[in-house]
Amino acid sequence: MLKILKYSFYDLIRSRWSYVYFLFYLTLGFVLLFLNNDVSKAVITLMNVIIVLIPLIGTIFGVMYYYNSREFTELLLAQPIKRSSIFLGQYFGVAGSLTLSLVLGLGIPFVLYGLFRSNAIFDFTLLLVTGAFLTFIFVGLSFVIAISNENKIKGFGYAVLLWLFLAVVYDGLFLMSLIVFEEYPLDTFSLVATALNPIDLSRILILLKLDISALLGYTGAIFKKFFGTDIGFVVSMAILVLWTVLPTLGLLYKAKRKDF
Amino acid sequence: MIIEINNLHKKFGKNQVLKGVDLTIEEGLIYAVLGPNGSGKTTLIKSILGMVIPNKGQISVLGEPIKKGWKYRKKIDYLPQIANFPPNIRVKELIHMIKDLRNSPAAEEELITVFGLEPFLNKKLSTLSGGTKQKVNIVLTFMFDSPLIILDEPTTGLDPKALIRLKELIQKERERGKTILITSHIMQFVEEMANEIVYLLEGEIYFKGSIAQLLEQTEQTDFEHAIAAITTYSHA
Repeated sequence: MLKILKYSFYDLIRSRWSYVYFLFYLTLGFVLLFLNNDVSKAVITLMNVIIVLIPLIGTIFGVMYYYNSREFTELLLAQPIKRSSIFLGQYFGVAGSLTLSLVLGLGIPFVLYGLFRSNAIFDFTLLLVTGAFLTFIFVGLSFVIAISNENKIKGFGYAVLLWLFLAVVYDGLFLMSLIVFEEYPLDTFSLVATALNPIDLSRILILLKLDISALLGYTGAIFKKFFGTDIGFVVSMAILVLWTVLPTLGLLYKAKRKDF
Repeated sequence: MIIEINNLHKKFGKNQVLKGVDLTIEEGLIYAVLGPNGSGKTTLIKSILGMVIPNKGQISVLGEPIKKGWKYRKKIDYLPQIANFPPNIRVKELIHMIKDLRNSPAAEEELITVFGLEPFLNKKLSTLSGGTKQKVNIVLTFMFDSPLIILDEPTTGLDPKALIRLKELIQKERERGKTILITSHIMQFVEEMANEIVYLLEGEIYFKGSIAQLLEQTEQTDFEHAIAAITTYSHA
């Protein structure tokens, strides 16, 4: 598996899109620091951008890479290599190179600006960690969608729909259900509903670490009570890990049964 | 025997591609798997390689059942039908990479000279023409020393010179005692190379035997017509 990972990784690192992605984060980091002149504020703005962007890029990259490397995958399948190694290697290759672009792209400007001297280092680290999780989750989901759909257009469509659902529609439904059922106690419901969506979960995690939950009013207090504690943090991380593991298992299940 | 296939069934959705194929491949011969488009040739080959998972039936390669195994593929050199490689990678790197992945000794240098690929070694694969890609494909297949070679449409896109080289290469490998499985639609090529013909029709083996037997059974004098006439005669 490591060999496949190595080659997928190199292949992507040398592709134009990895540079574009890296340069985008680099520019974003510098511009935000320049405009905000404050590490903490830059982290908040960054969060708003990357919490939506990372899943989108992960989804699109994942689907594109899978379909583009189809013939190469066939070449690998005829070699004495285990099937699971091929797909896991490619998955980690894509997710790993995207994560590297993110970490380096944002890391360089923040470090240059003096991240290590500011107290925002934990917030920033959390931002990168959740970013990495989101990358792995959405690349994994998009691989599962791509491997289940022979038709590229269909696969691409489903993947983008999934992103749209989790990034936008889910919040809408969530809000609507809160309004419709406003007469009922919704504390537990909103906690669970938030935890089930990796994008929402990441957003809440970062917001609470940034200590601006007061802005969220009463709901914020409930969230703070749960997610703000150590147990809440561990549970959230566990859910993110689960979100990463499930698509990976799905990918392995699909890969074992597929004909090429 | 080098490959043994028993009662192989494969369905793609509603489309039953292989309907109970029984086939034995003996060591040291060149087999041509023929049949009209959609008769299941590639599916059969891919089942042997474990790329297609059969619904029913067993396949053994070199005496070992292949189900869930992958190490047996070390004994097979496979040339896929369409040569498409990662675009960002150079020819030299691809050869190096396959060598690395297989972890076996390879004699690629001689083959590179034979097919005149030296000027392309540092070129990216996306810039190569179809024929050159096929040459790279051939080098990747023949550079290892495995007892079984499977070639799916090896002549695609080759110029006459490269085609002659390919034929020489196949003959040389056969003289070294290897078993070779070829699919092709070029009858002249098949007639020249093959010892045994396996004719697939609608997912079943319709004829298996030597070219002489085929001519005799179909009462034809030339091979191309015999293949065309094969379906009008009864089962072998």
